[in-house]
Amino acid sequence: MSKIKMTVRTPRIDMTPMVDLFMLLLTFFMLTTTFRPSEAVQVDTPNSISEKTAPDKNVITIFISKDNKVFFNVDEGTDTSQHIRRQVLKSISEHFRIPFTEEQVAKFEKLASFGMPVKNIPAWIDAEQKQRDEMQVGMPYDSVDNQLALWVLFARNANPNAEAAIKGDAEADYKVVKRVLDILQDYKINKFNLTTNLEKVEVKLEN
Amino acid sequence: MAEIIQDEGGHKKGKRRAKKHSTHIDMTPMVDLACLLLTFFMLTTAFSKPKAMEIVLPDKVKDEKPDPKNESKIPKYRAVTIMIDENDKVYYYTGLMEKEPYPEIVETDFSKDGLRKFLLGRNKKLYKQIDSLNTAVLKSKKAISPDTVVKMKRKLRKEDKAGPIVLIKATEKAKYKNMVDVIDEMAICEIPIYAIVDMTPQEKKMLEAKKKGTSTTKQ
Repeated sequence: MSKIKMTVRTPRIDMTPMVDLFMLLLTFFMLTTTFRPSEAVQVDTPNSISEKTAPDKNVITIFISKDNKVFFNVDEGTDTSQHIRRQVLKSISEHFRIPFTEEQVAKFEKLASFGMPVKNIPAWIDAEQKQRDEMQVGMPYDSVDNQLALWVLFARNANPNAEAAIKGDAEADYKVVKRVLDILQDYKINKFNLTTNLEKVEVKLEN
Repeated sequence: MAEIIQDEGGHKKGKRRAKKHSTHIDMTPMVDLACLLLTFFMLTTAFSKPKAMEIVLPDKVKDEKPDPKNESKIPKYRAVTIMIDENDKVYYYTGLMEKEPYPEIVETDFSKDGLRKFLLGRNKKLYKQIDSLNTAVLKSKKAISPDTVVKMKRKLRKEDKAGPIVLIKATEKAKYKNMVDVIDEMAICEIPIYAIVDMTPQEKKMLEAKKKGTSTTKQ
């Protein structure tokens, strides 16, 4: 009386659909992620209760470091076809009569924040990644040589939709922040995003 | 690999003996890697969003001609001035520093019982209204759109006629952190009207005197 014996199958699962899905998601996330570009300076932002996310497109960012140095960055806007950084550099190049090679301009488009006198910009673009950090000495912003104002002006001309964001270190002096706000207000920017870390507080109202 | 392909190219009409392999490939390592990368990208996209606090400053007026009608628009009983100094020190006074007797400057700090207690006390009415609105929104069964909530809050802020109008002033030596802290207190205490302005010479004098420990209320 031999009964039908169940054949023992190897427990092999067809993973193809799962892999398909994984690959799809992976591709999606890889394409949507924008890596945070290396910033000129480490900034430890103060805390606030604001839950609004900082804008990451169409933004002119001004960094203020712990030792009161000022750095500048302008992004490419919603898509790179606008070539905003290229336009800004072109205006700067015309204003200061500093020629840039096509190669340098292309390299500049891919770089991020910077803070140095304009005459050092070509050397900074050509430098190796490791040397670049040492060249970030801060943007001149005093009234005699107000290069920060020019960068802001040209960035505004290239991208009128740009918002201003200020990423200041908690230990930076108020005086410097005030000066930066003044410069921005000279170019009719009255709305600022102060980049902060989220911190919850509890509030008790005593009766 | 390349050599083998070349060889095959050489003997085009040679023996083409296809070996019968099972078409099963062990995909586990690939899946492992894909899974790892997927997790990495998912986590990095979600967590790298910094927050921002928005402030709007009034237009800079180029020609400084004070409009006589516009002057001293702030009612005395609503005016509160906060002064930020070095080493995380903060002072406040109520009223306006126009003529004698000058209001007294009070020293406080950034703790829960310092500046916040004072500001909440001044802004009790509006804070309560907004707080009860928030709880009502949370408790209500019907979904209220965030836009409506914002509109309702705006209306409450506009109608409030007793809350403080805060002037934020900082000395040269103040830190950026303290400025953000004070603006943050405004958000916490739901104070609708505040401005960042420069210190007047009289205030500087009073602050110096206060720091030296002498009361200058009656000069």
